[in-house]
Amino acid sequence: MATLPAYTTPAQKIWHYGLRVLCGFIFFFLVAPIVAIIPLSFSAGDFFTYTEGMLTFQPDAYSLKHYEDALTNPEWTTAIWNSFRIAIPATIIAVTLGTLAAIGLSQRHVPGRRAIMAILISPMIVPLIISALGMFFFYAPLGNFMQDTLRLPQDLVEFIKIVLAHAVLGIPFVIITVTATLVGFDQSLTRAAASMGAGPLRTFFKVQMPLILPGVISGALFAFITSFDEVVVITIIGSQKVQTLPWQMFVGLREQISLTILAVATMMVGFSIILLTTIELLRRRNERLRGLTPS
Amino acid sequence: MTDTVTSPDAGNAGAPPEDGPILAADGTPLARSLNRSVRRQKIRALALIAPLLVFVLISFIVPIVGMLLRSVDNSVVPETLPRTVVALEGWTASGPDDTPPPEVYEAFVLDIQKAADERRHTVVGGRLNYQTAGVASKFRQLGRAAEDIDTSSPEAAKAGLIDVDATWGQASIWQTIQTYDGEYTTGYYANAVDRNLDVDGVQARPDDEAIYLMLFWRTIRLSLIITVICALLGYPIAWLLSNSRERNANLLLILVLLPFWTSLLVRTSAWKVLLQEQGVINESLTSMGLIGSPLPLMYNQFGTIVAMTHILLPFMILPMYSVMKTIPPSYVRAAKSLGATDFTAFRRVYFPQSVPGIGAGGVLVFILAIGYYITPEIVGGTTGIFISNRIAYNIQSTLNWGLAAALGAMLLVAVLVLYWVYDRVVGIDNVKLG
Repeated sequence: MATLPAYTTPAQKIWHYGLRVLCGFIFFFLVAPIVAIIPLSFSAGDFFTYTEGMLTFQPDAYSLKHYEDALTNPEWTTAIWNSFRIAIPATIIAVTLGTLAAIGLSQRHVPGRRAIMAILISPMIVPLIISALGMFFFYAPLGNFMQDTLRLPQDLVEFIKIVLAHAVLGIPFVIITVTATLVGFDQSLTRAAASMGAGPLRTFFKVQMPLILPGVISGALFAFITSFDEVVVITIIGSQKVQTLPWQMFVGLREQISLTILAVATMMVGFSIILLTTIELLRRRNERLRGLTPS
Repeated sequence: MTDTVTSPDAGNAGAPPEDGPILAADGTPLARSLNRSVRRQKIRALALIAPLLVFVLISFIVPIVGMLLRSVDNSVVPETLPRTVVALEGWTASGPDDTPPPEVYEAFVLDIQKAADERRHTVVGGRLNYQTAGVASKFRQLGRAAEDIDTSSPEAAKAGLIDVDATWGQASIWQTIQTYDGEYTTGYYANAVDRNLDVDGVQARPDDEAIYLMLFWRTIRLSLIITVICALLGYPIAWLLSNSRERNANLLLILVLLPFWTSLLVRTSAWKVLLQEQGVINESLTSMGLIGSPLPLMYNQFGTIVAMTHILLPFMILPMYSVMKTIPPSYVRAAKSLGATDFTAFRRVYFPQSVPGIGAGGVLVFILAIGYYITPEIVGGTTGIFISNRIAYNIQSTLNWGLAAALGAMLLVAVLVLYWVYDRVVGIDNVKLG
């Protein structure tokens, strides 16, 4: 904090420090709940409370048993596996189609740009429960059709339904981040590549793609986290076969089964810190490439 | 692009003939050549967008439209009871014991016999049960009994049906069928605002069944409270972030982004751990001797408000911060140098410029809040749940999908109106992430 100039009045000093104390409390409110669960996840007990031993730092009050449970209990390991199994293809669909569309949208002449944008962003605007409801009515007959007429196995049908639903939910984030990157993209570079004889595909992969890659990757991370964190749609249209990590946590929270939830939650906090760092680094790289100073 | 370039040294084809239009390199008039190039660009842009647009239209817009249709769909009644619907036309009950003509009974028994063969009689019974409780069991009973009803004459059918259950000798059940005989109905919407549609028009439901208007009202009220608290808590933070040195601001921003990036389920679990009866807050307060018995911190509106404020606060701070960053500090300095006190400078100069940030954050938080489902479900108990929870309940437990769709459609309209406002105030293109 900067030192206050000599002419500050006492009242101003009170304001200055008072505001910082207030902000301290608000920051505490933001971060403390997340931090509070971390020690608890190492508890040797089985309840959602700090035990006497934990507060006096007795080593035997702490244990890794909830982590062990999270990583060995088939209920949780299947859920972790399902989460990745669904999030990865959903991200790939969202990023591939989304990047192409973002490039199309940032061309100079696009008829009906606003309307197209509104449609593509809509999955982010519509509350999840409504999306879930619409998809429930849509995918139930479609799933029956795939199972009965196309004779696809039930597991595969469940999987396809969720992947498609999650891909749609991730698309707005890809569109927003990639179009934001393309705003700073110098179109004369593609023209330069074309004038030197590169075909459209070669131009795309050798010139445009490397430059917009940070935007594409942060869009991909957003799409991934959307699917990875999604629980409303999947509880409505999914079945036990595709039970993901958030779903398992949701069920656990409703029925209050075990502290394993907190061990999983702590691991997920670590995961979000990694993602946050990655996105921040990418953003800085992107700004550096575009000749802006990182801020 | 390249084929439309006209430059003086592109050859004499590009040189204008004496009176004609300016020509492009290939000899076509320049205007037409440019138009063609623009058209080609448009087609190329659309070709790039098309795969995604088709995907979103089919797997998102079509389902939403399907939901809207389902909220008025009533086709199960005319499809399952086609003869009854026709026979009932023109009949009006003169009193509670008035019964339709025997032909109606004959038509109905024939319809039900056919429906029972296809196992559809319970579907139509279930549909009508949403309007008049108890009808479903009468239809289920008919599935077994309809076969034995004598349909040799209309009178015999009437006697046979009333013999199965006396309900069929009363006007009310026939009036219910009559009210819901169309392909489409507004009945679900009437239910969604605690009304019942019957033969006399729209009636208010008894008070103990009237919950939806109360839930809509509660959803709006709690969302407003959450939005206001978020604005009050977010404003000082956004101010501090935009008036700190860049390095400090970036460090503090991490404290905002960490909860923003943490899984919703993780944050909801955290609040459950903190707020429950034997939770961290209650245990600490008890051990400090501040309270004798645990405070009811969750399974009520308080829990919902606290947890959702925490979860939505970053959505308030980030738009506020991006607006406040653009306010030049020299304006406040200028105001002060002209004799304004700190408070006046803030009130007259700084605050008005930060209002767009409050507007953007406020609308965003409110929109997100009114659609919330997970957090109220976990910490809200019965008094802290939102309309979304009731929608999910109708899908999963009561299976009244038409009502769920009608409630969803009403919520959707509310959100779209708010987004329209948001777009007018902020512009959807200005949505920033992280």
